[in-house]
Amino acid sequence: MSAAEAGIFVVGASLAGLRGAEALRRQGYAGPLTLVGDEPHLPYDRPPLSKHVLSGELDADGTALPHLVALDAQWRLGSKAVGLDRVAKRLRLASGDELAYDRLLIATGAQARPWPATDGPLPSGIHTLRGRDDAAALRSALAVGPNRVLIIGGGLIGCEAASSCRDLGLPVTVADPNPTPLARVLGSSIGAVITERMQAAGVDFRAGTQVEGFEADAAGRVCKARFAKGGEIETNLVIVALGATRDTAWLEAAGLMADETGLACDGACRALDARGRPAPGIYAAGDVARTPIPLYGGRSLAFEHWGNATAQAGHAARNMLAAEDDQREYHHLPSFWSSQFGVNIKCVGLAEGADTVAVVQGSRAAHRFLAVYGREGRTIAAVSFDEARWLPAYAERIEAGAAFPPILGATDQSIKDTGPPGFPEPRSR
Amino acid sequence: MTEPNRAGSLRVVVDLNRCQGYAQCCYAAPEQFALRGHEILFYDPMPPAEKRAEVVRAVQACPVRAISVDVEGLDPRAAF
Repeated sequence: MSAAEAGIFVVGASLAGLRGAEALRRQGYAGPLTLVGDEPHLPYDRPPLSKHVLSGELDADGTALPHLVALDAQWRLGSKAVGLDRVAKRLRLASGDELAYDRLLIATGAQARPWPATDGPLPSGIHTLRGRDDAAALRSALAVGPNRVLIIGGGLIGCEAASSCRDLGLPVTVADPNPTPLARVLGSSIGAVITERMQAAGVDFRAGTQVEGFEADAAGRVCKARFAKGGEIETNLVIVALGATRDTAWLEAAGLMADETGLACDGACRALDARGRPAPGIYAAGDVARTPIPLYGGRSLAFEHWGNATAQAGHAARNMLAAEDDQREYHHLPSFWSSQFGVNIKCVGLAEGADTVAVVQGSRAAHRFLAVYGREGRTIAAVSFDEARWLPAYAERIEAGAAFPPILGATDQSIKDTGPPGFPEPRSR
Repeated sequence: MTEPNRAGSLRVVVDLNRCQGYAQCCYAAPEQFALRGHEILFYDPMPPAEKRAEVVRAVQACPVRAISVDVEGLDPRAAF
């Protein structure tokens, strides 16, 4: 092999990295292919970690992802990328190894946002949940039977973890600064249904509640948490579920437009340099990639969604192999699912920023419904609670930029339940 | 690099955005797929190799093509 043929490096060996590598092979790339991953594991699926792995139905090492084509790739697992020299086209690993590359697909994903640094070490018994090893550690801690689990943050991971803890019969408190769980993704109007599910399942949900700090016992293990508004709670297992930050620290000196909100890309998934120009031969996909989304006015967004990881990786791979004048724009309708407290939740579009939400099928009281979100007279998102079969029809209308509410006359009831969605104020940075 | 005690397992993933809860997989491979509540699909992502026929039947039975399995003949360990 000539020195010039270092081939394509995929940095990040999770869902986006694997599917991106497969798309390269599927679309005819026959050169050298290397996947670099910071974890020692082959690509695995994350959604089960906060559900069936915590509840003990699946082992943490039991969610490996299938390989859909023969990759014929070099794997550098357990090798964290720590630096990128775009001029010399070299990737630096934590081991000190430097690897030459020709082109890069960056799919390093995100990491759990840790508890904010305080003076002195944190007590033990405080967990985050992002990777397989986190899930294994948390599962072991849950199996011991903590006296109370405190979950900080009522987002998707916090809610799913709470559901799994209740499946195990463990006392659970969820503290969230918003009026309901899932308020940032679905608004508090729909989130109130989750509050009801939580209460029915025996979760102690504390709305408008922030945790200020912890107290440790003599062994250095957490025994109490203090609330910012006063009061405290006894707990010996805490799950910090405050969302994720994008894994871009390794790109700090690479001269790319990257921070904890993601690696900025153009519409073709090409990474942008510090001056906002596409960096030759460097693409990004998955949780780490922030790309303009045409459907939402070209806002530059990074999604932590399974469906985005697979679709964007395939798109980036396609553009990587295409000519300069054949770079296609990534069009994506965001979507995610969650199962918690016995309900299957599926969402299409971005509900955040909606000014109205209408329940168009079923009812919130029955906890089984389809709700549509509108903004300025346009349909922007829809969410289903155990009504998934209706969702594709609404997905089409959202992509078409249809008026709100959409599909009038196709429903089996008049729309009686319409109101403000109740989104919290945007976070200040 | 080792993946403990799982040599020979199949690897399966379901695109749960696509899944519409038609439950055909639950008939094709009842030990690997189950529907809970109204439409929550629970499945085994790493079934034993001897279940390949059932799993492949589930892949083919899915009306929305939501189930993926390792390309045939690819030993999971061969990824290295």
